[in-house]
Amino acid sequence: MLHIVNKSPTERNSLDSCLRLATDGSAVLLIEDAVYAATRGNPGSTKLQAAMGRLKFYALEPDLKARGVAARVMDGVTLVDYGGFVDLVAEHRNCQSWL
Amino acid sequence: MKFAILVNEGPYTHQASDSAYQFAKAALAKGHELFRVFFYHDGVNNASRLTVPPQDDRHIVNRWSALAQEHGIDLVVCIAAAQRRGMLDENEMKRQGKDANNIAPGFRISGLGQLVEAGIQADRLVTFGD
Repeated sequence: MLHIVNKSPTERNSLDSCLRLATDGSAVLLIEDAVYAATRGNPGSTKLQAAMGRLKFYALEPDLKARGVAARVMDGVTLVDYGGFVDLVAEHRNCQSWL
Repeated sequence: MKFAILVNEGPYTHQASDSAYQFAKAALAKGHELFRVFFYHDGVNNASRLTVPPQDDRHIVNRWSALAQEHGIDLVVCIAAAQRRGMLDENEMKRQGKDANNIAPGFRISGLGQLVEAGIQADRLVTFGD
C-alpha cells in the first residue's frame, strides 16, 4: 500500500492518522506541504524517525525545491520526481491519499 | 498500466490540480495509459473556458485541454458539482435555459458513474485534493 500525504504536520493531523493506520512494510509518499515533515528540525521529522523501521518514506523533490527546503531533507527519506511518483503508484497494489 | 485521476480542487486555489497534471504528464511519458481524469467538487472549475490568468503564469485550464487533445484523454466534469458552480456545456445551457456556456475544449460533463467506472477499469485511481 502506498500512502500519499499532502498536508504539513503543523497544519493538520493527516500525517499522524496515516502513521497510526499504515501497516508495517507500507510506503509513505510526502507531497505538496507534507514535504516539510521530511526536513530536519520539523516536528514531523521526529515522527518519521520513529516509524522509519517499519515504513518506507519518500518525498517529492520538486515540491521540496519549490519550498526551498531540498537541502534540509532528513536521512532515510528517498527523494523522487513525478516519474518516481508514478512508479511508486504502479509498484503498489493500491494507494490512499490522506486528504 | 492503466491510470485514472480524481481532481477535487479548483485551479490556482490549491496545488492539487498542478500535482495531478504533473502526475498525468509523467505517467504518459512513461508509456502508461490514462483512462480518465474526473473533476469533482471545486475541481470542476478546472474546466472553465473563461479563465484568463496573467500571461507569465501557467494556464491550468488550457494545459488540461492540450493534454486531452494530444493524448486523447477523457476529461470528465461531475454534472451535479458543475451545475452548483455555474459550469455549463451547450446542452446544459439549453436544458437549464441559461444564456451562456463555459466548458473548455476536451472536457465533457457527465455523472458520478464515470468516476465509478474509472475506478473499475483503471489499475490505479489516484486522488488529488485538499
